[in-house]
Amino acid sequence: MDPLILSRWQFALTTVYHFLFVPLTLGLGWFVAFMQTRYYQTRDKTFQQMAKFWGKLFLINFAIGVVTGIVQEFQFGMNWSEYSRFVGDIFGAPLAVEALLAFFMESTFLGIWIFGEGKVPEKVHLAAIWLAAIGSNLSALWILLANGWMQHPVGYVIDPTTGRPMLNDFFALVTNMKGWLFFGHTITAGLVTASFLILGVSAYHIVRNKNVDFFKRSFQMGAVVGLVAILLVILDGDSQGKYVYETQPMKMASIEALWDTEQPASFSILTIGDLSGKKEVWSLRVPYVTSLLACNNPGCQVQGVNDIQAQYQQQYGLGDYVPLMVFTYWGFRLMIAAGFLMAILSILFLLAMRRDIAKARWMKWVPWVIVLPYIANICGWLVTEMGRQPWIVQGLLKVQDAVSPNLTTVDLLISLIGYVVVYGALAVADFYLMKKYAVLGPDAAMHESVDAAPTVIGAQD
Amino acid sequence: MSHEFLQILWFILIAVLWVGFYFLEGFDFGVGMLLPFLGRKDEERRAIINSIGATWDGNEVWLLTAGGATFAAFPQWYATMFSGFYLALFLLLVALILRGISFEYRSKDANPTWRATFDWMIAIGSFLAALLLGVAFANLAEGVPINAKMMYTGNLFTLLNPYGLIGGLTTVSVFLLHGANFLSLKLDGKLRERTNAFAGKIYIAAVVLSLVLLITTYIYTDIYAHLGLNPGIIPIVGLAALFVSGYFIHRRQEGWAFISVAVNIVFTLVTFFMIMFPRVMISTTDPAYSLTIYNASSSAYTLSVMSVVALIFVPIVLIYQGWTYYMFRKRIMTEKETLVY
Repeated sequence: MDPLILSRWQFALTTVYHFLFVPLTLGLGWFVAFMQTRYYQTRDKTFQQMAKFWGKLFLINFAIGVVTGIVQEFQFGMNWSEYSRFVGDIFGAPLAVEALLAFFMESTFLGIWIFGEGKVPEKVHLAAIWLAAIGSNLSALWILLANGWMQHPVGYVIDPTTGRPMLNDFFALVTNMKGWLFFGHTITAGLVTASFLILGVSAYHIVRNKNVDFFKRSFQMGAVVGLVAILLVILDGDSQGKYVYETQPMKMASIEALWDTEQPASFSILTIGDLSGKKEVWSLRVPYVTSLLACNNPGCQVQGVNDIQAQYQQQYGLGDYVPLMVFTYWGFRLMIAAGFLMAILSILFLLAMRRDIAKARWMKWVPWVIVLPYIANICGWLVTEMGRQPWIVQGLLKVQDAVSPNLTTVDLLISLIGYVVVYGALAVADFYLMKKYAVLGPDAAMHESVDAAPTVIGAQD
Repeated sequence: MSHEFLQILWFILIAVLWVGFYFLEGFDFGVGMLLPFLGRKDEERRAIINSIGATWDGNEVWLLTAGGATFAAFPQWYATMFSGFYLALFLLLVALILRGISFEYRSKDANPTWRATFDWMIAIGSFLAALLLGVAFANLAEGVPINAKMMYTGNLFTLLNPYGLIGGLTTVSVFLLHGANFLSLKLDGKLRERTNAFAGKIYIAAVVLSLVLLITTYIYTDIYAHLGLNPGIIPIVGLAALFVSGYFIHRRQEGWAFISVAVNIVFTLVTFFMIMFPRVMISTTDPAYSLTIYNASSSAYTLSVMSVVALIFVPIVLIYQGWTYYMFRKRIMTEKETLVY
């Protein structure tokens, strides 16, 4: 097997896996910090229980995000050494800033939050959860600025001797609109993920008539934040679409399965492609909509895949510049469908709260909504990352030229199989604990450990 | 600021990050390895884990920051080392993953098999991580095959040579000693007795292995032919501190024992970076192919931007991490203590 293909699979699997845990960390941290703040202000015990219960789920999830994050930082050098050499002058900087600014902050203050209760002043304990939440969201900012640069390189000149990009404007990198749009999309998606987890788990308990007050209040919080956040996700996504139209026309065309340049451009509701995933067999289209999405103007021209391919061949030389459309096209549609479904559900939940939701028959199905944000999160990344193939850095470096040349198929099979086994086991342990603590409810979370009261140990044994 | 000044500054900064990592995570790894051996009952194991519970993750960030800083400041070093030591680093990552997750998960279920599994994963993960770090650093000092394109041409077994393994075992033994000293400071009662007794035993192994490492360094590395900076008495002071720690352990002066082993770790690493300077990866294929801070670094612009960031944030991080240790300075086994993990 080709080491390039194996490295790509490994990067895709480890990154998608990592991002199964990241959004919940990003969003749930804010919830827990808010709940604990409300307890601090009101002394209402329910808020304290909320912070504890949702905090427990936050921690179980957080742990996997942390340990799989180490792999992320190392694998640029391990599997993509030529990429690292090529972009080292630029890409390493936001990564180092992320570690220095964000990783230290989230890990240190989360440690204080877990262990500090009763040992540090209450204000410090409260500040610790806020700082941990801010830290994890800051880390998202810096890694997304790094990714934004790969999608839309700014602030550099090409070194004439090495042919590599050299940073000449750090401010441009930090203010890259691409990165900030990703950031807005990601942290609001994190809030949606957390909201829907809260909605699902709360519904589970409300149906069973357990801790109803606790879970109704949680449910309401999830519904309100969920609605606001999903609307922001959609708004940000819309701005992203327009930016993709300007900066990555091939990604735009491949998301829409738009073969030939159209003015105005139609929106495909359903396109059936052939097995290569790159050719159309049949499609059903609505006029004007893609133009509207791309540039707020139903009459504007949107370039098609075939034209951009021809243009890129002239510009960058022979090659296939068309992404695997079956992923960009369907990934995008699945993401949008999940997003709008969540928006509708949030509104319905809020309306339903005006009556007694405990009696609603549909409540028993609500726990399933937990999966919706996960579908959208994963599809979103598949679209944005597969949509820029074959580029690893848009217009500057192709994926095939980025891989570590010294790695053998055996090296990669060992690591790929190793990650699958280890990550698989982690997923089982995580799912087991998440489910266990979610089902146990707030009473169990009030104890620090499952085996009841902590044992006091001294010199007696 | 000249490019050369910045390159030297970043070499020093990365050295500082590694020194910080070895000092802090050194005792975390030691504590992890000792967990199933010193902790015989569940509460004892929980007390041992709680001694590093609040801080181990922050300590590990020193490694991540060292990695990120290497990428930003010396991308060629990062690319050559990380792709070259591929399988060794993969094993290190697996070790860190298993260890990290176990701290968080082991006490979240009461099943004894569940707990025992995670306890052993902590011990094995800590051992493997310490061993691999030692092997990697010894190979950096010894040199590895690197071709004209800055590409590593060996494999995993190239790294597992005698000097590499001596480096690995020395690191394991010193971390065990460091961890035992740390536990003696943090625990009380029977456990404190037990860790102190263990420190006395592992001390002998650490001294013997450190001496072997010193002697073999003259055989396997090229420091005779090509000494970077003369470390002067630094390695001797480091070794002397290790010797002296035995006296303190015997006298039950736990604070001094901890400090002297810490001095040994810090001074050994400082020696390492001094004899490397200005090289960062030594090529055994041809000395001319070696990576240095001059041919592996980022541009002056990137380095100066990063310097500003580091000068602002490194002190802040040091202050709040130091403050965390101050807040959690009490011994674990007091009457009121609750065990979180």
